[in-house]
Amino acid sequence: MLPPLLAKPVDLAPLWLVERVARTLFSGVLKAHPELFERLGDYRRTRYGFSPVDLPLHFTVVPAMKALTVSRGAAPPVDARIEGPLVLLLGLLEGRCDADALFFSRDLSVTGDMEAMLALRNALDDSAIDLPRELGALAGPLSPLIAGTARYIRGKALEGRDATWN
Amino acid sequence: MELICPAGTPAAFREAVEAGADAVYCGFRDETNARNFPGLNFSREELRQSIVLARRKKVQIFVALNTFMRAGDEALWYSAADDAVAMGADALILADFGLMAYVAEKFPQQRLHVSVQASASNPEAIRFLVEAFGAKRVVLPRVLTVQDIARLTRQIDCEVEVFAFGGLCVMAEGRCSLSSYATGKSPNMNGVCSPASHVRYRQDGADLVSELGAYTINRFGPGEASGYPTLCKGRFEIGDVEGYAFEDPVSLDVIDEIDALRAAGVSALKIEGRQRGKAYVAEVVSSLKKALVASPGERAALVARLRAMSEGQRTTTGAYDKRWR
Repeated sequence: MLPPLLAKPVDLAPLWLVERVARTLFSGVLKAHPELFERLGDYRRTRYGFSPVDLPLHFTVVPAMKALTVSRGAAPPVDARIEGPLVLLLGLLEGRCDADALFFSRDLSVTGDMEAMLALRNALDDSAIDLPRELGALAGPLSPLIAGTARYIRGKALEGRDATWN
Repeated sequence: MELICPAGTPAAFREAVEAGADAVYCGFRDETNARNFPGLNFSREELRQSIVLARRKKVQIFVALNTFMRAGDEALWYSAADDAVAMGADALILADFGLMAYVAEKFPQQRLHVSVQASASNPEAIRFLVEAFGAKRVVLPRVLTVQDIARLTRQIDCEVEVFAFGGLCVMAEGRCSLSSYATGKSPNMNGVCSPASHVRYRQDGADLVSELGAYTINRFGPGEASGYPTLCKGRFEIGDVEGYAFEDPVSLDVIDEIDALRAAGVSALKIEGRQRGKAYVAEVVSSLKKALVASPGERAALVARLRAMSEGQRTTTGAYDKRWR
């Protein structure tokens, strides 16, 4: 679960600010990984929901529209939704965790269109997304500092949960 | 023994190669392979690039064309075989006799492996496939004991590959119709067992309920490890008893039997899991590679971590060490 030290600021931050940061990152990832769309096929038009269980936020994404919205309160209607701790959702985004294993351990739950969810999982898994690198790319002269800090946090958060990389 | 490793995407392919695979098996993005899931598998160009990488790393690449040809649509399977051969696949893994005949006649030099989907599990069937199509290797179904395998290898003139780790299909492979019964689609004809299009998960209080088509497959209590929504691993009420009719949600692990399988004449160990992510492939391949050269006492520790990644978070030796319950 996300440590309170990190969760609290996100909880208190205005929605527009969270959305702006998330949209910028999302847009950067899509631009850097156009192969995602090819593997998603028709499911690029799917409305995907991501609900971190340790944050009072819901992220709704439609890849084809390059659209991302953030909301609080009740989860908005989507075609397929995945719920779990934020660090594991981010670990999945980077392909650092195995989705089936997290499903077996009940760390993740999925609802809605399972074909769409599988397509997304496989498309993400094949893309070498590196969130610290993507974050760093947005930080201009602070790039090394931001990327390094993000890598450190990721390492700590996923300790023992990610695979032994080759 | 060779270690034959799965790859559902080029990223997983690279992980398998780096982790020490002797050979990687994969398939095209269509109904010609038995892992035809959305977003999975290789385009022609991706396979071409993967073969280049495999050559550089001295790793073999096997292409699975292991579904059964649909009458009238044979061209899809023929062109997949043509392309895989042209690209330089080290072996084609085939299940359909018609496709075996096509490959044997058109590409007599092409190495041909009999897929587990062909369900060839007795000396007569395997000898026929060797004589008729020049099959060089047979992948045995997961329904035989180690003793059965030892008896079999002595009576046939081709290499034997067996599953060592991963998803456990408990039925006679290539002949199981449970998925068809519930959804109209099967791994044999469409490349999908329990297709995602027919799967639904829902939370019922703290319980997770899995459904396949019109059937409730399982209800997992709070904290209970879950499994795939397949009929063969469903929990049902039978008379007054509630339980697993065929098999529990569990994965195969026969690492403890490595020495016995080697003594039985097995040439290659196969890891199941083309539908799994690259993190799984990296972890399982590197662990099994180490286990192959470790002493029997060291093997348990090497693969213990893999149990958490397995269906139901449990493993079994399945039919390899058959005991009646």
